[in-house]
Amino acid sequence: MKLTVNGKEHEVDVEDDMPLLWVLRDELGITGPKYGCGIAQCGACTVHVDGIAVRSCQLAAGDLEGEVTTIEGLGTPEAMHAVQAAWVEHQVAQCGYCQSGQIMQAASFLDLNAAPTDDQIDAAMSGNLCRCGSYPRIRAAVKTAARRLQGV
Amino acid sequence: MGRIKTIARRSFLIGSAAIVGGVAFGTYMYKRDVANPLEADLGEGAATFNPFVKIDADAVTLITPRADVGQGAYSIQAHLIAEELDVDLDTVRIEPGPPSPAYYNGVVAVEGMPIAATSETMLARTGRGAANVVGKLMGLQLTGGSTTVPDMYERLREAGAVARETLIAAAAAQTGLEAGTLRTESGAVVLPDGVRLAYTDLAATAAETPVVEEVSLRDPSTWRHLGKPHMRTDMVAKSTGTQDYGIDLRMDGMVHATTRTNPALGGGILGFDASEAEAMRGVQAVLPITGGIAVVADNTWRAFQAAQAVACDWGDTPYIGDTALQFDAVATSFVEDRQDSRFKDEGDVTEALAGADVMEAEYRIPYLAHAPLEPMSVVVKLSDGRLDIWTGTQIPRFVQAGAASVAGLEAEDVYVHVLMSGGSFGRRLEDDYVRQAVEIAMQLPDTPIQMVWQREEDMTHDFPRPLAIARARGLASDSGVQGYDLSIAAPSVAKSSLARLGQPAMGPDVAIVAGAWDQPFAIPNYRVTGYRVPAMVPVSSWRSVGASGNGFLHECFFDEMCHSAGLDPLEERLRLCTHDVSRKVLEAVGEMSNWGSDPGAGRGRGLAFVLSFGVPVAQVVEVMDTGDGIRIDKVFVAADVGRVLDPVNFEAQVTGGVVWGLGHAMNCELTYAGGVAQQDNYHAFEGMRLYQTPQIEVRGLENGTKIQGIGEPGVPPAAPALGNAIFAATGQRIREMPFSKSVDFV
Repeated sequence: MKLTVNGKEHEVDVEDDMPLLWVLRDELGITGPKYGCGIAQCGACTVHVDGIAVRSCQLAAGDLEGEVTTIEGLGTPEAMHAVQAAWVEHQVAQCGYCQSGQIMQAASFLDLNAAPTDDQIDAAMSGNLCRCGSYPRIRAAVKTAARRLQGV
Repeated sequence: MGRIKTIARRSFLIGSAAIVGGVAFGTYMYKRDVANPLEADLGEGAATFNPFVKIDADAVTLITPRADVGQGAYSIQAHLIAEELDVDLDTVRIEPGPPSPAYYNGVVAVEGMPIAATSETMLARTGRGAANVVGKLMGLQLTGGSTTVPDMYERLREAGAVARETLIAAAAAQTGLEAGTLRTESGAVVLPDGVRLAYTDLAATAAETPVVEEVSLRDPSTWRHLGKPHMRTDMVAKSTGTQDYGIDLRMDGMVHATTRTNPALGGGILGFDASEAEAMRGVQAVLPITGGIAVVADNTWRAFQAAQAVACDWGDTPYIGDTALQFDAVATSFVEDRQDSRFKDEGDVTEALAGADVMEAEYRIPYLAHAPLEPMSVVVKLSDGRLDIWTGTQIPRFVQAGAASVAGLEAEDVYVHVLMSGGSFGRRLEDDYVRQAVEIAMQLPDTPIQMVWQREEDMTHDFPRPLAIARARGLASDSGVQGYDLSIAAPSVAKSSLARLGQPAMGPDVAIVAGAWDQPFAIPNYRVTGYRVPAMVPVSSWRSVGASGNGFLHECFFDEMCHSAGLDPLEERLRLCTHDVSRKVLEAVGEMSNWGSDPGAGRGRGLAFVLSFGVPVAQVVEVMDTGDGIRIDKVFVAADVGRVLDPVNFEAQVTGGVVWGLGHAMNCELTYAGGVAQQDNYHAFEGMRLYQTPQIEVRGLENGTKIQGIGEPGVPPAAPALGNAIFAATGQRIREMPFSKSVDFV
C-alpha cells in the first residue's frame, strides 16, 4: 500500500490490520510516535491524518485515508512549530515519552479551536496520559501556543 | 563483580545495628582512588582528568552517570560540571558513561539505615560516612533515593574545577605565560591579550600536563548557572520527537522481539505449542525463555500478535495469589515474632494509652504498579563473546553483572549503553527484562534484537509497591496530642529487591516505617513499630519508597487525633515540631494556603507534612464537594532542599510528585487473582489525568544545612493532605486507598 507521511510518499507491504503506529515505527523507521498502551488510553501514539489528531495504535493501515503528519513533520529542532516552541519555553517535558502525542494533540486541537477556554483545553488534553505529572505545564504551554498562533 | 557480593555482606552490617563495624574494613581500599574508566579507550591527543570530563580535538564530553528517568538528572549533572569548567552546554557532548565503579553512589546506602535526617549525633554522622565507604567499595552505580544532587553536588563541581585548572596549566605551558594571568570562558582559556585557546585545541597538551588536583570551588554567590532558572538540556529533543529511548533504536539487520511469561507470577511454564504462531507472517522464531516464551519477528506488532497466539501451559503461582488473602497475611502479622523495628519509642506509650478514651483506627494501602509510559524495552546483540546492551536503566553495573551471568560471560565482555528512560518511578531498578533479552540473544547470536514488552506484559510483571496495613492508637486532649502508637505491617522491599540483585539484606527494613518513624515531632509518648510480613509477590521501590504509603498512614491519623480534640492541625504540628527547617516549611505552607481562613461553603483544606529523603515537605490540599463528587482545586507545597539548583526543574519535580501522589491515591490499586495482576493497562490504572489536575503552587525554601534531591519527597504528603481535605469538606474519614472506593471524584 502507499501512504504519505510528512509530505513523503512511501510504499509498504503490510497486513491491512497492522496499526498505523507500527507501520510508522517499524516499517518506515519514524519513531516520534510512541507505543504506550496499544488501546487508545495514553495518546503517546497520536499523529495527524489530514491535520486531525488520531491514535495511530487504533488506525488500521488498511483504513488510512489521507496524509499522515508525525511529530517529526510538525516541526524540527531547527524550525519548531509554535506548539513545540511553547513546550520548550515552558519546559513541559520530564521523561518526555508522552510529549510527542501531547504536542500532536494540542496542535490539532488549536487548529480547530484557536481561542479555547480552560475547560476546553482540559477536555481536549485529558485523553493523553503523562505519568510524570507535567499537566500544569501542558495547560500553560497550550495557552501560550494559542496566543502565538493567533499572533498575539 | 564477585567482590561486590562479599563487600555487600559486610555493608549490610552497617545497614543494621553494627555501624561501627563499617570502619573496620578497608580504610586503605576506601581511600584509594577508583580507576578512571575514560582512560580505557582514550584516543591520541585526548585528555581526561577524572571520570567526568574528557576532551579531544573534536569536543568536550561531560559524563553524567546518574540515569535520567525524567527527573532531569543529565541536565543538572551537566550544569554542575559546567559551573566550574566554563563550557556552554549547547556546545558539549553529554554522555552517561560506561558502567564503572568510579560512578559509585556515596549517599544512597544511608536510606537503608535507621538514621533520622534530623539527627546529628556521632552515630548518625558515622553512619552517613559509612554509606560513602559502602558505595565506593561496592562501586554502587545506582540512581535512586533522590541522591543525584546530594551525591554529585561537590564531586561534579570538583571534576569541572580540576579540568579547568589543568587546562589553564596546559595553556600556561603552551604559551609560557603565568597560569595566574589566564582565565576561562565558554570552552576556552583566555590569554591576557584576549586571544582564546579552545579547550579542544588544548586537549593534546592537556593530556601531557599533570592533573591539577588542588582546586577550590567557586562561591555560590558567583555562580552563573546554578541557583538560577535554566533550560534543561533535553527539552528541544523531547519536544520534537528526536529523543531516542530504548524503544526507538534502529540498527541494520535488527529484529523485533517480545516475550510472554506466566501472568500468574512465578508460576513458570510447563509447555507450549507455537505451531500457529510460527506460521504467522513475519515470525522468525518462537523461543523458550525462563518462565515463558519469546517471539522474534520482523515487526514489533507481528511479534505481539504471534506471542498472543502461542498456546502456553502455565504453572500455578507459588505465592499467595489473591488480594483478600494477601491482606489477611498482612493483618495477621502484627505479632511479636514478626516485629521488624521500633526505631521510635519515646515516653511510655503503654501507660499513656491504657485508658478507655484512646482512639483506634486501621488504615490500608494497596499494591501499586510503576507503569512508566515506555514499556520495558532493550536492544541486545551477542557476537563473538561480546554482548552489547542498550537500555534505560538505573543500575548499569547490576545489568552488566546479571547479563554476564545469564550469558556465561565475564562482566568486562558486557557493554551496557545507558539510554534516556521513558519514565521509571523505580521500575528500572530491576534487570528482569534485560535477562530475558539476553536469553533470546543466546539463541539468536550475531543479530541486533530489540525486545519490547506489550503494556499488558509490563503491568502484569511489575514488582509493585507493597501493600500495608497500619494500626494506629492515639490520645489527644485540648492541650495537645499526648500519645501516638503507630504499627505498620508490610512485606520488605529491601529483602525482595536486593535478593534479585544477588545481595543479602540483613537487619530491619527501614522502608517499612520510613516517613513515619523519623518525623520531627515531640509527642510525649510516641512509638512507631514495623512488622515484617513474610514475602509474597516480589515487590520493589516505587517513587518515594516506604514513605509513599507511610505518609498517608502517619499523617491522616495525626489529623484524626487533632480533630478529636479540637486542635488545629497546623498549630499542633508547629507546637510539636523539633526541627527549625521543618517548622519553617509548615509556616510557609500555612501562609501560602491562607490556613485558618474560611475556605467557603462545601470546601475543605487538608494539611500533611512528611520529611523523607532528608527533605521536609508540607502540603495543603483544597477541595470542593461539588455534590457530584470531590474536585481538587488547589495544592500548596513548601519544601526545603537546602539549596535549589534549578528553580524551574525543582517546581517540575515537586508538581510531578504531587500529581503522582494524588493520582494514585484517588484512582489506583493493583490487585491479584490467582497470582495474576488484574489491572493490565491504563484503562484500569489511570493515575491522574489533566482534567483532575489542580493548580499547584510550589515554594522552595533554603534553610536546610545539607543539599538534597527532590524527585521523591514531594510524593508522600499529597495523599494524606487530600484525605484530610476530604474530611474537612465532608466529615468523611477515608482510611483506604484508592479513595475512589469511598468518594467520587469529578
